[in-house]
Amino acid sequence: MDGNIFDIKRFALHDGPGIRTTLFMTGCPLDCLWCHNPESRVHFKENGGKSRKVDSTYVIEELKKDLVFFEESGGGVTFSGGEPLHQPEFLVAILKEMKNNMIHTALDTTGFVDRSVINDVFPYTDLFLYDLKVMDPEKHKKFTGVDNKQILDNLKFIFDNNGVVRIRFPLIPGYNDDKENISDMINFLKDLTNSPIIDLLPYHRLGISKYKKLNIDSSTEFLSPSSDDRIQEVEEMLKINGFKVGIGG
Amino acid sequence: MNERIKKLREQSLNAVNKISVERAVLLTEFYGSVEARGKSIPVQRALSFKYILENKDIPMNDGELIVGERGPEPKATSTYPEVCVHNINDLEMIDEREKVSFKADEKVKKIYEEQIIPYWENRSIRDIMFSRLPREWKDSYNAGVFTEFLEQRSPGHTVLGEKMFGKGMEDLIAEIDDSVSKLDLINDPDSPAKIEELNAMRISAEAIVLYAKRYAEKLEEMSFSEKDPMRRSELNKMAEICRKVPAVKPGTFHEALQHYWFLHVGVITELNPWDSFNPGRLDQHLIGFFNEGIDNGSLTKESAKELLSSFWVKFNNHPAPPKMGVTARESNTYTDFTLINVGGVKPDGSDAVNELSYLILEVIEEMRILQPSSMIQVSKKNPDSFIKRALKIISTGFGQPSIFNTDAIIQELTSQGKNITDARAGGASGCVESGAFGTESYILSGYFNLAKIFEITLNNGFDPRTKKKIGLGTGMPGKFSSFDELLDAFREQVEHFAGIKIRGNNIIGDVYSGNMPAPFLSLLIEDCIKNGVDYNSGGARYSTTYIQGVGLGSLTDSLASVKYNVFDNKHITMNELLNALDKNFDGYDDIRKNFIEETPKYGNDEDYPDELAVEVFNIFHDSVDGRNGPRKSVHRINMLPTTSHVYFGSVIGALPDGRKKGEPLSEGISPVQSADRNGPSAVLKSASKIDHLRTGGTLLNQKFTPSFFKDETSLNRIISLIRGYFRLDGHHIQFNVVDASTLKDAKKEPEKYRDLIVRVAGYSDYFVDLVEELQDEIIKRTEHEAI
Repeated sequence: MDGNIFDIKRFALHDGPGIRTTLFMTGCPLDCLWCHNPESRVHFKENGGKSRKVDSTYVIEELKKDLVFFEESGGGVTFSGGEPLHQPEFLVAILKEMKNNMIHTALDTTGFVDRSVINDVFPYTDLFLYDLKVMDPEKHKKFTGVDNKQILDNLKFIFDNNGVVRIRFPLIPGYNDDKENISDMINFLKDLTNSPIIDLLPYHRLGISKYKKLNIDSSTEFLSPSSDDRIQEVEEMLKINGFKVGIGG
Repeated sequence: MNERIKKLREQSLNAVNKISVERAVLLTEFYGSVEARGKSIPVQRALSFKYILENKDIPMNDGELIVGERGPEPKATSTYPEVCVHNINDLEMIDEREKVSFKADEKVKKIYEEQIIPYWENRSIRDIMFSRLPREWKDSYNAGVFTEFLEQRSPGHTVLGEKMFGKGMEDLIAEIDDSVSKLDLINDPDSPAKIEELNAMRISAEAIVLYAKRYAEKLEEMSFSEKDPMRRSELNKMAEICRKVPAVKPGTFHEALQHYWFLHVGVITELNPWDSFNPGRLDQHLIGFFNEGIDNGSLTKESAKELLSSFWVKFNNHPAPPKMGVTARESNTYTDFTLINVGGVKPDGSDAVNELSYLILEVIEEMRILQPSSMIQVSKKNPDSFIKRALKIISTGFGQPSIFNTDAIIQELTSQGKNITDARAGGASGCVESGAFGTESYILSGYFNLAKIFEITLNNGFDPRTKKKIGLGTGMPGKFSSFDELLDAFREQVEHFAGIKIRGNNIIGDVYSGNMPAPFLSLLIEDCIKNGVDYNSGGARYSTTYIQGVGLGSLTDSLASVKYNVFDNKHITMNELLNALDKNFDGYDDIRKNFIEETPKYGNDEDYPDELAVEVFNIFHDSVDGRNGPRKSVHRINMLPTTSHVYFGSVIGALPDGRKKGEPLSEGISPVQSADRNGPSAVLKSASKIDHLRTGGTLLNQKFTPSFFKDETSLNRIISLIRGYFRLDGHHIQFNVVDASTLKDAKKEPEKYRDLIVRVAGYSDYFVDLVEELQDEIIKRTEHEAI
């Protein structure tokens, strides 16, 4: 089965536990102003994008290559993007094969997808790396182009079904690092789970050069990363509320 | 680090490398004396050794706890005119050269001119050797197809075993007497030679005891005039120790270190063997003394550490004797390759990591000096915490310790026929060489330039640089209709040159066996005494001769390029390719770009090139492995370069991987610089496809930026990387943790970075002492891996 990917990165250290190989899949239904992987949204080498069409058997072979290191480190494969759930059949085909090989799987997702797709991948996903960006529906729509109701509902569904989740919270100065957003997030998550784990992902400027390369305008071009003090403040807020916090992915 | 150690360390770091004529003068005096006349060669050698030890200066460094120097002061380095006699030009070159120089003043040159050269000219091993080696050996040597380890330094490549920490010279003399008494003087026609050899061993054993006694006397004298009561009592204690060891076996931790050091000085005074000498499994040898000292209160952890630190300085005081010519280029360093082994398994196979292993790591971390080099042995039985402790030292950018796979080493050694207990008592020495410590003579005979042989194959046996036909006529590659034909031609050429090298090894082995026995070293390696046969004649229990393959990555990529671009995809014809190489890619920029960027490369875990690496490895292995060698040895291969990949690159024109004329080759089994693009796990997967267990060592270099070592989680991942590689039977891995900007600054302002030590290839070296090409190579690699 064919699918579209834009990279396979081995010895990826920031996408879940242990030594991992990350598959970057093309295409995303969201349009986040701060996206650091803009190439994921560009299809088939348009505008210099790296997206390529590949067969799932090829991908499976590539993903299995570091098996020995997955085993030694408690690592595995991470599906990222883009939005991996954007290509559900391709993804499920690969996920199944990973589980046949007893490889740990992590899914880095926005959660903006039909429930049926979550249902399809759920049995083969060991860990959801689930993005929570903005709690306020209006702002979410404004910053990402889509409504967050489905995202929040799906997250609840995963928790209700005892899925293992790490929340990924990209900290974008001026967009979602305000107190209100953070307390909304805390309250929402506390209802879902007793032991929330959250990764704070401070905004970095690595994506900027990609925008230039791709000839895409970026409205966050002049955004600076959060200060270390601010990151620490947010971290404290989360910790006081019983969250386990990681910095960076 | 206490004041005493600080002072000793500083003294060692600041000492100037210079040539000392003391040994050469004493040796020459002896050989010109009546005493030398009418004696067998082994006895002459032993008596000259004794004469040197009786008459050499016995310096004491202020505050030191372990005594004995090869020369009259730290880094005053002996020469060995009986092996290789330097002429005045050589001395001037050694004095003046920019890198790895040794001061040689007018006095040195005068003594050489008047005494040393007149006696040893045309008598040295080097002279004898070159007069006996055939023309095709010399042609290949001059073309840079291989190097020769034994032309300036004698066979050594061995390590002391545990037994020698439980024996004194008196015990060995008793063994010698026993061996003599068992000789069958009627039915064994070799018995007269054995008697001479055993007598020589006895003289050598007595000589080292005499040397220790001289120190005992000196220390006693010093204690009389010493005002500080603390130091006075130390000097008295040291005198007592020198009265005891190495005559009888050591009984305490301090005695064990002094015992070893006397043996070390003995070995490097007798001759200039490669890799100096080596106490090997130090944590294993000393743990008994350590525990006993702690238990009976005579030793504390602090005093043990101080003694070890003092011991460490002694190694640093002894640079490798000056090398010149090709030998200097293949091993361009002051390091003399003592490699302390820590960890691994015990002879019964159980986890050997002990309290002393960690204490030794602490010493390594604190001392941060070039010598001795250090490594950890990692078996699947050793705990991760042990690796983590070592990684914390590595993360400081010191390049030490390197990391070895004990389980692989044991399999390598047992598959060569060693019994499992001897194999478990072994480890790695020099750069990465597997050996059974205390029982094996495993001689490296020379680097073997696999990429050069490919160039010669592409030229139908002709060497474009020396303009001589030195290979076989295996056909013009333009006429080959398949890649397999090219590979067959290459195989024939490798077999041809391996034959020339092995023939040379046999001659050189005979030269050493007949002219340059090493009776003192023979005392220390089992079963020379029992056999009544010298180390250099095959007396050791196990004898192996290695040829070290160089350029695996460059050669693989070159073959892959020809296969991919000429045969499989027909991007270019063979003749066009040869033209581009001949022109050093001048006017062929697009083709070169294509070769570099669009052609499969070794090091990315892709089977297309990696299968060729395996093919090349097998061709080299099958051409060498199992063939008989000198000293009743068997030839084996290993894959390491020291610095020869720079020299070997300098004699090769452009290669099909896009490498330009004269550029360094890839080192060890590492990929070509910057050719690996899928990260470290892919490199390790590629490197593990060759069968490490059929070698006596492989070398893999991984350079990381500090971010990979920044916290516990990162360290755990590095541990997993190591464990994974070792599960795949990888032999060795070393990490350079340093950022490129630091290296660039060091290159620009060497005076500010004198102490910057980096991992080169199986050893660490001062960055500023490296030749420029090597500096650039390390910078390039470090930049490439920066994230």
